[in-house]
Amino acid sequence: MRIDIRNARVVDPASGRDETTDLFLADGRIAAVGAAPDGFRPDRSLEAKGLVACPGLVDLSARLREPGFEYRATLESEMRAAVAGGVTSLACPPDTDPPLDEPGLVEMLKRKAGALRQARVYPLGALTLGLKGAKIAEMCELAEAGCVGFFQADAPLTDLNVLLQAMRYAATFGHAVWLRPQDPHLAHGGVAHEGEVATRLGLPPVPEVAETVALHAILELAASTGARVHLARLSTARGVALVAAAKARGVAVTCDVGVHHLHLCDRDAADFDANANLVPPLRDPSDRDALRRGLADGTIDAVCSDHTPIDEDAKQVPFGEAEPGATGLELLLPLVLKWGAELRLPLAATLSAVTSRPAAILGIDGGRLEAGAPADLCLFDPTRPWIVTPEALASQGNNTPFLGLELAGRAATTIVDGRVVYPA
Amino acid sequence: MNAGLQIDAQGRLVHLLSTEGLPAEMIRHILDTAAQFVSVNEREVKKVPLLRGKSIFNVFFENSTRTRTTFEIAAKRLSADVINLAIGSSSTAKGETLLDTVWNLQAMDADMFVVRHAEAGAPHLIARHVKPGVHVVNAGDGRHAHPTQGLLDMYTIRHYKKDFSGLAVAIVGDVMHSRVARSQIHALKALGVPEVRVVGPKTLLPREVERLGVRVCHDVAEGLRDCDVVITLRLQNERMSGPLLPSAGEFNKTYGLTPEKLALAKPDAIVMHPGPINRGVEIDSGVADGAHSVIMPQVTFGIAVRMAVMAILAGHA
Repeated sequence: MRIDIRNARVVDPASGRDETTDLFLADGRIAAVGAAPDGFRPDRSLEAKGLVACPGLVDLSARLREPGFEYRATLESEMRAAVAGGVTSLACPPDTDPPLDEPGLVEMLKRKAGALRQARVYPLGALTLGLKGAKIAEMCELAEAGCVGFFQADAPLTDLNVLLQAMRYAATFGHAVWLRPQDPHLAHGGVAHEGEVATRLGLPPVPEVAETVALHAILELAASTGARVHLARLSTARGVALVAAAKARGVAVTCDVGVHHLHLCDRDAADFDANANLVPPLRDPSDRDALRRGLADGTIDAVCSDHTPIDEDAKQVPFGEAEPGATGLELLLPLVLKWGAELRLPLAATLSAVTSRPAAILGIDGGRLEAGAPADLCLFDPTRPWIVTPEALASQGNNTPFLGLELAGRAATTIVDGRVVYPA
Repeated sequence: MNAGLQIDAQGRLVHLLSTEGLPAEMIRHILDTAAQFVSVNEREVKKVPLLRGKSIFNVFFENSTRTRTTFEIAAKRLSADVINLAIGSSSTAKGETLLDTVWNLQAMDADMFVVRHAEAGAPHLIARHVKPGVHVVNAGDGRHAHPTQGLLDMYTIRHYKKDFSGLAVAIVGDVMHSRVARSQIHALKALGVPEVRVVGPKTLLPREVERLGVRVCHDVAEGLRDCDVVITLRLQNERMSGPLLPSAGEFNKTYGLTPEKLALAKPDAIVMHPGPINRGVEIDSGVADGAHSVIMPQVTFGIAVRMAVMAILAGHA
């Protein structure tokens, strides 16, 4: 399949290129940018005047809900949601049922996802068996099956010796260790940021120190073991400062933030909106502002959707009983554009947070638009408004605190491996 | 924050979910209405026909005999039909969701739900999903709110102190877990009380509580000195020893209301407690039963205040 894309505003965050030109795709790769290769005869031609063409989005966290939670969403529905959101590569956390702690499960997921021929799926294996925090998983076997890193997800890891040994073992083979910094005892039972809103609403709090104490421990262990550590979903200003200091000391650490945390804070849960019950909790406006700045200045390496589709029954309950999380695959692009516009960032810098930078964390060949790169692209109109409604979302999860709000920017065309996968 | 849900565009009370966002005018209207019902309760025939033919469902997802009984008495004195449902915390185990339960009861033509639930915000969820014309009264949701208790406390303070504008009120003890304290604070601030203090150790005062407009006192003497009203809060048994407090005895020594500590307050100070009291823990018997105590009048006024809330919600006051 050969495709040419005419008159697009080509934005390549990796090189900083931002110009109106043409793209030529052949055999799953970008054949050329600008002038057509000699003798290029397209099977299909896309007129892209007024559209931005960027690398397909790379999402560091999207729950596809298989195996085990098919009543919440299916691989089919969520893979459709991914490409509808312009996401062409995604990492999925291991907190399925059963968790992704053995190679057979990973191979099955990769095979099922691959058969759909939509976005590329990069599973994260469980760091510990059953995510129970006691025994380390077979990292080498899992890596061979396709895992790109090992994650404890939201499951507690109370025994720091297990974490120390897991990092030493991972460091032996160069595997990446992913951790969400949260001390399970300090966060125990909490559902909202410890501060004015939780105090007003009488919601059990999650203190800031639940994140910072865990960060101190992880950063010390990372420095000691030399393990490649990725910190998932920072939520506090203090946490951003700790990561900045660790990076300055030369600790091999990367981190991400969930896209909701760039725009929302604990005030957005003030009417008990269960859709604003997220993990980690939405925190103070000053935390949100520090996360926004940290992503812009590079302290935070990438932003992800932390896509968590949840059925309505699990959200139509009191706030503290609601399953935490929000659908996000289709909101990632517009919410990142909104962040970049509000901080007056160049479009290439904005898009790097969801393309080249997360691709580097995963160590995958993608997130760039140049000759020889994989032909994974997203075309979108950055000014086109749309309203977030259940009908507008391909995901089976309608759980989003942005329901009813107007956002700008939606994928018009998504291309994976040189094939147009959206619109189908 | 709850104003939009509990007060309609015409300024009428449609649900009572929290004292937060209740305008002072509305609080005064409730207290004035309650004053009329106090006289009803002193008559030989303690009944008025205001809510005849109305069905009030006491839906208690968390057990409480005392509060349920006061609502039941209040509703019966208004001539309503009262149905008590003690659903307990096992309802979700049976597979029925909170909203399914409510919709089922609504189909039995309920006019009003009095709801207690262990989770903050549960009555708000119900209020968002009931039919127009059906009213929800929050009888306690988690640590969040217990507005009728807060209002009956305002009634009691007004009864004894007449005017809110010069008062210093101390709320002592486990503010962290207290829906009563939160409801009192919002109501006191709305009514213009200039000095509201919360008094307790750092483990029992929630973070940033000062943003609710209160003064934080960890020193009990500073907290009680020259105040007009002392409200002691109940300390739940399970919190008397553990990570928050070493022992009930030490709590009594440091923050429990003893005659010596009460002597720091103004000579005419009143002592209140939402009940049930733990004698010798947050309050000594000598204080609970002493001359400053208005704990029993609180209970009496509670009936009238709940009658007032129900009558106002039903559009009859």
